[in-house]
Amino acid sequence: MTARWIRWVVGVLCVAVLVGAIYFPILRRRLQLAAKLQQKTAEQARRELTQAVPINPGEPRVKAELFWASGNSDGTLWDSTVELPLSSDPVLRSKQVLNTLLAGPVDADLRTLPPDAVLLAFYLLPNGTAIADFSEALATATPSGIQSEQLAVDSIARTLEANVPVVQRLKILIHGQEVETLAGHLDLTGTFLVNTKGVQVTPAFAAPVSTPAPAPSTDKPLPPAAPTTKPGSSVDPGTLTPNKGTGKLEQR
Amino acid sequence: MLLDVENIARMIRGAWGRDSFQIGVLFFFVVFGAVALSFSSPAPSETAPASFPGQSAVPQALPTAPAQGLPQTIPPATPRAGLNIVVLDPAHGGTDPGARGTGGIRESEIVLDFAAYVRRALEVQGFQVVETRQGNEDPSFDDRSAIANAQGGAVFVTLHIASTGLPGTARVYVNSDLPVTTDAGGLIPWDRAQTPFQGLSRKLGDLVQGLLVQRFKGSPNTAQTAAVRQLRTTAAPAIAVEISSVVVEDRADLDRMAPGVADSIATGIAAFRPSYVVPTTGGKP
Repeated sequence: MTARWIRWVVGVLCVAVLVGAIYFPILRRRLQLAAKLQQKTAEQARRELTQAVPINPGEPRVKAELFWASGNSDGTLWDSTVELPLSSDPVLRSKQVLNTLLAGPVDADLRTLPPDAVLLAFYLLPNGTAIADFSEALATATPSGIQSEQLAVDSIARTLEANVPVVQRLKILIHGQEVETLAGHLDLTGTFLVNTKGVQVTPAFAAPVSTPAPAPSTDKPLPPAAPTTKPGSSVDPGTLTPNKGTGKLEQR
Repeated sequence: MLLDVENIARMIRGAWGRDSFQIGVLFFFVVFGAVALSFSSPAPSETAPASFPGQSAVPQALPTAPAQGLPQTIPPATPRAGLNIVVLDPAHGGTDPGARGTGGIRESEIVLDFAAYVRRALEVQGFQVVETRQGNEDPSFDDRSAIANAQGGAVFVTLHIASTGLPGTARVYVNSDLPVTTDAGGLIPWDRAQTPFQGLSRKLGDLVQGLLVQRFKGSPNTAQTAAVRQLRTTAAPAIAVEISSVVVEDRADLDRMAPGVADSIATGIAAFRPSYVVPTTGGKP
């Protein structure tokens, strides 16, 4: 009786070990999947939904200039060139370059905008004033400070200036609202001058982009400027070609 | 004890019938009320200095209140006393900690310590110093500007610690060049009070930055331009000084910068003093 009972127990234990051995890899796979899902924040989910900028693959691929941080920690921007099938429509074109700018370069240290920030809407008024509406992450996740906030706005303004010539001024909204500052320092109540070539600037509030000190050298190693391709992003990052050193910021 | 209270109450009830007692009580309340009123009348603000010889404490030509949309007059060309006052603005405070480092460093706390150093250095140079906050308060941008705008012959320095930048460097910012616009009456809006002072601010900023770069290698040679919100509503030569940064592992690294930053600011403002003139149009020196 006792020997039979022991055989039953050993048998049940063997079955349990077998079931466990089969189930363990499945459980591990599920845990890894759950960890990946947790990494996807609400902002990223919204980003995938709102970034549906229609891209016509038939559009000719042109070289777009994007301005990311130079990596010198001195508040300067780096001018990189990326081939994109940009639309000829200025609003769509603006959305495409700004979404590529938000996607950021491979090197996270060269980012100028928070990874969770989303371009919610973009409008272009007949007088050349562009209104870019970003998600709250732009205000909450941009590092607080004059230099870092100025770098964020400069990268947006210079990227628009280089790729969408009709944009003359830039107004930044956060979640559809005008805010006093970006992250406690930089004034967002006015507009920023973007491109004043041949344009009479009349708004009294227009503030020029900043004039950081020039980069000390141009022969530094080029940053690995290749934007990351995010699932769901409709922007083809194309091929990035580091261009002529740091971005030149001129006071207007 | 209870007996004593009852005796006192009985005495009062007995005395109340006499006219002299009622008049005495009335007189007591009148005197007490007068004394209370005299103590509750507004006292001069601790932050607003008393008037200086030859000038009023609140110049009529300068904005004195952050009335949005209301115009302010351009400072007149009448001669004033020279540069006497420095308004120091330790940024942030209260519920706004400003930049925060991973080691728990908070911008709002460090700038208070920096302000103490700067204040001492300025007082050695003979300036009167007014601070926009001395504790953990968070005045609004306009309230801070109003303190500077209420002075005559003042400059404004707002102190910041950055989240970014080369550690151990310091940058001076002046406000972006805004077009000078006035209406027919020569008035400019409150929210563009900095406009006539842009030239002076640039000059002051370059002076201070030139001294900072000598002490803190890697800092820019000249002042930077940025749309700093705090500076826009300030009707005085105004600069923002930003130190890098809160990401240092040891707060002592920042504390060691304080004397050098303070001396650079004080020396720069002292060098700026002879060239200080109240602008009439545009503020271009």
